Amino acid sequence: MWSELFLLPFLTGLCLALILPALGCFLRLRDEWLAALAYAHVAAAGALLALVGGMMPALGGMAAAALAGAGKRLFTRRLAGGAAFAVLLLAGWAVAVLLAANQPLAESLGHALFDGQLYFSGGAQLALVAPWAVFSGVALLVLSRHLLLARVYPDYFRARHLRAWPVMLGFDLIAALTLALATMTMGIMGGFALIFVPAWIAFRRARSWRSGLLLAVMIGLAGYVAAFLLALGLDQPFGPVLALLLIAVGLIIA
Amino acid sequence: MSDALIRARALVAGWESPATAPLDFVVESGRILGLTGANGVGKTTVLSALAGRARVFSGVLEARPGLRLALQTQDVPPVGGVPLSGRELLALTGATVDGLPPWLAGRIDDRLDRLSGGQRHYLTLWAVLQAPADLVLLDEPTNNLDAAGVGHLASALRRRAESGCGLVLVSHDHDFVDQVCDQVIVLQEAADVV
Repeated sequence: MWSELFLLPFLTGLCLALILPALGCFLRLRDEWLAALAYAHVAAAGALLALVGGMMPALGGMAAAALAGAGKRLFTRRLAGGAAFAVLLLAGWAVAVLLAANQPLAESLGHALFDGQLYFSGGAQLALVAPWAVFSGVALLVLSRHLLLARVYPDYFRARHLRAWPVMLGFDLIAALTLALATMTMGIMGGFALIFVPAWIAFRRARSWRSGLLLAVMIGLAGYVAAFLLALGLDQPFGPVLALLLIAVGLIIA
Repeated sequence: MSDALIRARALVAGWESPATAPLDFVVESGRILGLTGANGVGKTTVLSALAGRARVFSGVLEARPGLRLALQTQDVPPVGGVPLSGRELLALTGATVDGLPPWLAGRIDDRLDRLSGGQRHYLTLWAVLQAPADLVLLDEPTNNLDAAGVGHLASALRRRAESGCGLVLVSHDHDFVDQVCDQVIVLQEAADVV
């Protein structure tokens, strides 16, 4: 398996397995775990639109997700309580499925995005994912204190004459772009499984925020490596194997 | 006065419409101002106006430039299900662990959602009270506290004031307010003021 054919996909997924569980903890902290599905579907729609328009699907997916992450703030009042993510999810899904159904060019990519295509990742994908994983990890560490304060003491920013929107916008963009990369690397549900399950277990079991982040990342990494080997050995698609493995671990531990 | 942190003159505050009678007061460094009165007279509204949450409809509210505020509201911080320890909470606001009562210091590394309601309330209050700030605003801090907690809070408030911090305290507990405050204002219904 350590030939280049499998090593590059493995390393690409490994980068995402490091960052997605940590991102999932922050999304869960903000009661925004549905955002993972929303950004993933919007990214899929953006990638297919770009493909149909003759552009690079990766750029289209990332641009659409970034627009969704930044733009949702404009409709916060009308779409409170997570409604923004439900609307984005539905819109992204509808556009993606319609494009896949009506554009022969988009059909195969559509299947790949929804089913997961980790084993087809190459050097170009790794060159994009690896630096982003490092950047987003550092950015989450920098934003961490303010994201926690925004949850526990929502008035902190006003009382300290600080602007909260750069922190929130920065986090939304990191979440959207990370999910876009995850969708185009391991599919919508593969990425969602790594966002949702490790954070769910960590929130149930951890004694502190720091240990929760560590636990989530460890679960994500272990689940990813096991799923990669299992899917390869059994010749099964990666995404569903990862999801089932993590769910089983989650039901036992959480 | 040179050490005035906030000065209010004929201040009328509210949310959608004016909700308080005009108020005059000055909060100075090292002093504790108590706001008390019957339910509905606008104690919390005045405190919220000081923090910039509620609107000032008329009068003047002047704050010292660069004033650092810390605000404790009656809202319970939503920490249910979040793996955040007491020590981490204090680190977030920059509050010190030193001075915590023994019944809380021993549980400082526990998750907040594993503490009792009173313990959680006192710890989240402590995180605000001991945060680096020039002026601390507290809304009904004795809620959910037993006698030991109220006694410890009274001492902690005095020590905080002696360190040079100004405090504004809203409470329906007249005895507590009389015990810890340097100055007390009893708010009246806006309709009662002619």
